[in-house]
Amino acid sequence: MIEIRWHGRGGQGAKTASLLLADVAFNTGKFIQGFPEYGPERMGAPITAYNRISDTPIRIHSNIYEPDYVVVVDDTLISAIDVTKGLKNDGALLINTSLNLEEIKKFFPNYFGKIYTIDASKISTECLGANFPNTALLSAVIKITNIMNKEQLEKNMLNSFKHKFAKKPDVIEPNMEAVRRAWEEVKGGN
Amino acid sequence: MIRERLSGNEAVAVAMRQINPDVVPAYPITPSTEVPQYFSSFMANGSVDTEFIPVESEHSAMSACIGASAAGARVMSATSSQGLSLMYEMLYIASGMRLPIVLTCVNRAVSAPINIHNDHSDSMGVRDCGFIQLYCESNQEAYDNLIMAVKIAEKAMLPVMVCFDGFITSHSVENIELLEDDIVKQFVGKYEPEHYLLNPNEFISMGPLDLQNYFFEHRKQLADAMKDSKRIIEEVSEEYAKISKRKYNLIENYRMDDSKIAMVVLNSTAGTAKEVVDKLRDEGIKVGLVKPRTFRPVPVKELVESLKDMKAIAIMDKADSINGFCGPLYSEITSALYSEGLNIPTVNYIYGLGGRDVKTSDIEDVFRSLLKIAKDGKKSQTTYYLGVRE
Amino acid sequence: MITDNMGAKDLPIGGNILEDGNSELFNTGEWRNKKPVHLDDKCKHCMLCVMPCPDNAIIHDEYDKMLGFDYNKCKGCGVCAKVCPFKAIEMKDE
Repeated sequence: MIEIRWHGRGGQGAKTASLLLADVAFNTGKFIQGFPEYGPERMGAPITAYNRISDTPIRIHSNIYEPDYVVVVDDTLISAIDVTKGLKNDGALLINTSLNLEEIKKFFPNYFGKIYTIDASKISTECLGANFPNTALLSAVIKITNIMNKEQLEKNMLNSFKHKFAKKPDVIEPNMEAVRRAWEEVKGGN
Repeated sequence: MIRERLSGNEAVAVAMRQINPDVVPAYPITPSTEVPQYFSSFMANGSVDTEFIPVESEHSAMSACIGASAAGARVMSATSSQGLSLMYEMLYIASGMRLPIVLTCVNRAVSAPINIHNDHSDSMGVRDCGFIQLYCESNQEAYDNLIMAVKIAEKAMLPVMVCFDGFITSHSVENIELLEDDIVKQFVGKYEPEHYLLNPNEFISMGPLDLQNYFFEHRKQLADAMKDSKRIIEEVSEEYAKISKRKYNLIENYRMDDSKIAMVVLNSTAGTAKEVVDKLRDEGIKVGLVKPRTFRPVPVKELVESLKDMKAIAIMDKADSINGFCGPLYSEITSALYSEGLNIPTVNYIYGLGGRDVKTSDIEDVFRSLLKIAKDGKKSQTTYYLGVRE
Repeated sequence: MITDNMGAKDLPIGGNILEDGNSELFNTGEWRNKKPVHLDDKCKHCMLCVMPCPDNAIIHDEYDKMLGFDYNKCKGCGVCAKVCPFKAIEMKDE
């Protein structure tokens, strides 16, 4: 079972991203859980969301305290909260940031696992003309967690976009471009 | 069988769409709001032909349920927490008039202080109102129990409350296996009450004044109906197993066969606790778990059968009776054991109030303390508040 | 029909009354402590007393002749005496 914790700010779509990931994993035949930790609902306040992905039915219903992966949707959170709390050293941390890997690593002198970065906001702005980092972030998460390979992901996302954007087919290709670019542009892991 | 991924609230709304009740009066309250919300979208797109009544309070919601049900309609609603508290008066009327209303209760703490998260204070607070109560571990169980509830209610002529954990189950997306629409429709069938107010061929009165001469007999009827509902729940569950391949009993025994130590726990925490049971068994420690599916009626015979050979039992209450003694599940189960002449060291844990997360390590602590009690044969204390800061 | 000696197994479920028109079986006349008396010599048979009677206790002949009272039903409320324009109904102690 893979356990993932998401950190974002209210309104940025961390919950949506966790549900999207659950969807994608579900489509590959996995058992999934996707749930946010609900608190006071305030735009901009730090929020947490969780995923469990498994080959067998999932019965555990607690929050995740020792995640295999942590995804940070907003890099301003890394100095505000302890995003690596409980994160396994053989797991990985993925951060959506415009900073380079070396700069990011300085924030985590006590974390010895893998660190990845992706500039999902830049990819989103360039491909879609707006800051919707979820699609690019999702692609990066799937790459580092090995939930599926690139071909499977592209096929899966294309199907999902065809369904989601049935009424605006012209945005399908830009979204697919974001998926492909994010796959290539994830940095780090060593 | 349809493989899907849905939250508990979505699952229940889908079940309601498949059941296509005649009337759904509802008033929104977190965390059950999504149930009428999703359901009203099914109304809007024409996939049900239900009369949806957006009422002005939960008291009115249950009142409208009662009126519609007495008129002869198949009726459903959903609520949580203070919403259920506000229905309190009408819940007794629903059961007293023997109306088969199906109510989804998405369990949430009852204020004060204000809290929107999960515990079982709401449904435990109305445990004596004459509703059958079914408790659900997962979104799958919520879906299955809701479909069965319609049939159980109509056969028993008792209202049924389907309870599952707010946020933990209601808002968590998980895998689920849905039945085909027509299979559900066929299973629940058409509601044909024997007596109802809108029957043009029969002129009857419902809910009349019922004084010293008859009231006691009518309450005895209600008590008998609740007792007999055990048989009906078993029959309906048997029938449901045929269409779903999922068999539900009044209680679920998990790895109890060779166990001398047991935990009794309701709803989603049972899932977390099963993980701990497996872990301890991997270490060679024989522990088991009992999960009551019905709390009303109390499955006395089944509980006693499962627990009679235990050396130590922990009964987990996600609600407190504030009686200076113990929680509601503890008092009923220990009285069941005592009535059968069993005196087993049994402890009570009040846990998870107001949505305090229950970790596997918390459950493991409980099992480890039971090991000690089983060894010594005695306990130093009856009621504990699991993980609370003193 | 519901009777006093019926038990939980025989009584209609949930307090339902499964027949109509059964207020006729209830002798509200027992409640009366003043009784109306019909003074035939003053009565003009205007029938104004018929409609307000809550117990349908005015006996009359197809709306052309007032005949008296059904004392099994009359609660003695006195509304008939009050509305009678000719003082043809008098309330007397039981």
